[in-house]
Amino acid sequence: MIDFCGIELRHPVINGSGTFDAIAARRVFGDQLLDEFPFSAFVSKTITPEPRAGNPPPRLWETPSGLINSIGLPNKGLDGFLADDLPQLAELPVPLIVSVMGTSHDQFALLVEGVGGREEVEAIELNVSCPNVKSGLIVGESPDEARSLLETVRPLTEKPLLVKLTPNVADPVPVAEAAVEGGADSISLINTLRASALAPETGEPWLGGGTGGLSGPAVKAVALARVNAVASTVSVPVVAMGGISTGRDAAEMIGAGASLVAVGTESFRDPAAGSRIAEELAREPARISG
Amino acid sequence: MTAGAAQGLGERVVAPFGRRLCEVTRNLESGGYRIFSALDPVGPMPAAGQFYMLATDSGWGGNEGRPYLARAFSVADAEQQAGGVRLDFLVQAVGPGTTRLTGLEAGEGLWIHGPLGRPFSAPREVAEGAAGAILVGGGIGVAPLAIWRRQLLAAGVPARVLLGFRDRANSGGLDLFDCSEVRLASEDGHTGHRGFVTDLLAVLLEGDDTGTAVVYACGPPAMLEAVRGMCAERGVTCELAMEAPMACGFGACFGCAIPVRSGGFMRLCVDGPVVRGDEIETALVAGSGH
Repeated sequence: MIDFCGIELRHPVINGSGTFDAIAARRVFGDQLLDEFPFSAFVSKTITPEPRAGNPPPRLWETPSGLINSIGLPNKGLDGFLADDLPQLAELPVPLIVSVMGTSHDQFALLVEGVGGREEVEAIELNVSCPNVKSGLIVGESPDEARSLLETVRPLTEKPLLVKLTPNVADPVPVAEAAVEGGADSISLINTLRASALAPETGEPWLGGGTGGLSGPAVKAVALARVNAVASTVSVPVVAMGGISTGRDAAEMIGAGASLVAVGTESFRDPAAGSRIAEELAREPARISG
Repeated sequence: MTAGAAQGLGERVVAPFGRRLCEVTRNLESGGYRIFSALDPVGPMPAAGQFYMLATDSGWGGNEGRPYLARAFSVADAEQQAGGVRLDFLVQAVGPGTTRLTGLEAGEGLWIHGPLGRPFSAPREVAEGAAGAILVGGGIGVAPLAIWRRQLLAAGVPARVLLGFRDRANSGGLDLFDCSEVRLASEDGHTGHRGFVTDLLAVLLEGDDTGTAVVYACGPPAMLEAVRGMCAERGVTCELAMEAPMACGFGACFGCAIPVRSGGFMRLCVDGPVVRGDEIETALVAGSGH
């Protein structure tokens, strides 16, 4: 067993937020999903205070060894999540981490209190890849914003707080350090890389949302460098993600200092990829030095 | 769910969890398209209208760039055989994924997950007193109608089949039907009625018995939209098998969202791909065909 912020996990492979809908997957695969659940903890899709429908289609574009998405955080909002989704997610055989995003400290506070007050929830991940409407700054791109957000929400829950960092900054280390100073228990990275695609017929932006985020093996080398930089600086556990599709990829991230790895886009290609990667990781002969 | 378990007409079939490797058993030319078959060792028999995510074992993903994600294909036919369930798919080379699939050779490995999605409904389930079915297919979209016709006939439901093609070079999949029962249209007039398949549908819908039939359609977005409009005008229930760019097929990526009449979006992979005509405002979905 692995101890992650006081939570016991069977293996080091979890899912990236927004890359696996366990409720939909149970409709598709039935209870075999629960018997063979591929992750040692489940991270929910990001929850916002109010319901969101998401971006207009098209939402996806395939690149060489990658995927650009512009989904737009569709979710039922905090009340809908607590009433409809949480009871179903509580039936999963693994600890639950809930991802939340607000556009102000007040919104984040509402979410952290609302989610943190539920015993089904083991930890909370703060998705900070959005602007604070007051300052106009993207929280995850500004050390001051990140520190001040953590100082606001830290007193509101005793549950572990993960901060999910964006890679769309020159250097993620100052943001990670500020989040830890503010009270973050863990840093997770990387979120998707900002990216765009043009329609072949017209040359106009393809994605309904304008731009999107790139994931998949195409971003793994970027993720590895960023994980290494952050993990060698901060004292808290790091959750590494970005293009992990094999046990070798996971071993490299752990060698770079990560405590856990998260699988995202690879699960689209193989719903059980998390289990396969965990098994492959266990067979890796030695950890690779970062 | 065991392989070959009896399913009621139009009942959604649950998929085994994870992807599995199948052996390609044949790949035949068919009117400019290819029909290829794979032996699924663990089944189950799919319901008509359901689909599978397909990726070849070699020459797909990883360091080879594109295709990277699995591709969604409606099952065109399925049969319980020694060693598993034979799955037939109809494919036309239009991009890197379909080009790789058209070149499959017997003995190659094919990764699949499925059956996925919401199938066609039995006529009585969607229209009170409906006794028959009218199947309308266009181009590559004739595929799911072939298995649906077979399942309808096996259940004693009369089905009339109308198929339309652009020209001789794009007229595949007829081999999946018993041609004596099929009425054809072609835009170039090389076979059947010169014009659109919806011309044939208009004639049928003028008949006395339209109130007792449900229309099932699959084809290009413009054809589906024409079918939807004609049926709505005449108060005839229709189900449309649709497509949208899709990364996962099991509700994880939220990429295949289409607008619904009640507001917001539905994920075509778990709430479709078969949708009732009155669930949507339009079948012209941004991004389909890529």
